[in-house]
Amino acid sequence: MSELTPGFADPVLGAQSCFRAILEAMSRPGRLQRVAGIDQPPAPLGVAAAATMLTLADADTPVWTDAGRAAEDWLRFHAGCPLVASPAEAAFLLATGRMPALATLAQGSEEEPHRSATLIVEVRTLAETVGWKLTGPGIETEHRLQVAGLPADFLRQWAANRRGFPRGVDVVLTAGPWLAALPRTTRIEEA
Amino acid sequence: MTIETGYNFGYLDENTKRMIRRALLKAVAIPGHQVPFGSREMPLPYGWGTGGIQVTASVIGPQDRLKVIDQGADDTTNAVSIRRFFAKVAGVATTERTSGATIIQTRHRIPEVKLREGQILVYQVPMPEPLFRLEPRVSETRRMHALADYGLMHVRLYEDIARHGHIAISYNYPVMVGGRYLMSPSPIPAFDNPKMHRMPALQLFGAGREKRIYAVPPYTSVQSLDFEDHPFQPIRANAACALCGARDSYLDEVVTDDKGGRMFVCSDTDYCNTRQAAREAAE
Ligand SMILES: [Zn+2]
Repeated sequence: MSELTPGFADPVLGAQSCFRAILEAMSRPGRLQRVAGIDQPPAPLGVAAAATMLTLADADTPVWTDAGRAAEDWLRFHAGCPLVASPAEAAFLLATGRMPALATLAQGSEEEPHRSATLIVEVRTLAETVGWKLTGPGIETEHRLQVAGLPADFLRQWAANRRGFPRGVDVVLTAGPWLAALPRTTRIEEA
Repeated sequence: MTIETGYNFGYLDENTKRMIRRALLKAVAIPGHQVPFGSREMPLPYGWGTGGIQVTASVIGPQDRLKVIDQGADDTTNAVSIRRFFAKVAGVATTERTSGATIIQTRHRIPEVKLREGQILVYQVPMPEPLFRLEPRVSETRRMHALADYGLMHVRLYEDIARHGHIAISYNYPVMVGGRYLMSPSPIPAFDNPKMHRMPALQLFGAGREKRIYAVPPYTSVQSLDFEDHPFQPIRANAACALCGARDSYLDEVVTDDKGGRMFVCSDTDYCNTRQAAREAAE
């Protein structure tokens, strides 16, 4: 086993501050939030992706990831989360390569739509004054979001995800220390 | 920052906070939908807002400034106890000023001053299920929410109109969130309902005894149920505040002596004090 780098420098306040960033991101879809508190996330994870996992995942949440052995060991040690092989069984998914298709993930039921997956995707870049036009709850008029590094058919997948409301997957996009969220309610139009 | 030793920051242990935080994120993603959570015993009795306290404890950080109101007032026993609790277990700054708070925990009111981005309003909720008086079976109310089948509530409101000529609900007036979920606004006066609609601040609701969390994201539609020929009308006593003269605030009727003397004053003490101070400054 390779040597593990530390998790949050301050586990309690690090998780609190990261949670507020995620809560703000989920409440205001498309707005970028900056996350800190982890000095050396395991490759290939950025700070925001690593911090999000430590903030939300634990022994009660099955996690799927494609991030490789070092990240898996790090997550198992610091979050204590079980890792699963099938994306459909995961409460949290952490994708650093090609993300699994939204339709293959836990959607929740009509009665329990909250029992659905949250997908965290490490992308190449995020920018918030250009790109897609986002509307919906959390957005006064429209937010802009530009994402490099999602599959070409993401918007088609997203539209299908929205149609299933209240069922559906929620997405957190991360790029280095930055994150933005797309709750299932957000409408996305190409610019 | 001074935090009393022997407590984890915010009182709750990290496992509990993580569980509540996960529930909060799903609640925000599904506006108005009640998410169950494993409510913990708190060092305050139920009825003292244990649901709201657990939500606040899972959200609050050292940078926050907390305001707590009970029926609009910052100085009731309940509000003071909760404020002291968080000063003790989280070392956070507290305030009575609505505009200076980043988190406002409330029971029974929404402040008169318009809330803004960067603020979170946490409601203490005794009964999260808006249908519980009409349908006591949880399995049935869950099915109704799943199907957005709210006919029962419309019938109940219509019976009110048939009997009283208007909808006779002055508190806890049911709302539709995002055009999809019927939601209890908690026992705030119907007067406050319009403030929930497209509020720039995030609204979080915690019900401790019933173990439910729900949320209204910023700028989200919140409509009080009504009928075309009987539109929703927020009710307010037709008077001016005896202390600050406000005609736009929600008023409490208070007894002033033992001879039946009464007067109307703002229920929101910060709003009233601020207006009185401004008037004095102008004189
Ligand atoms: Zn007044």
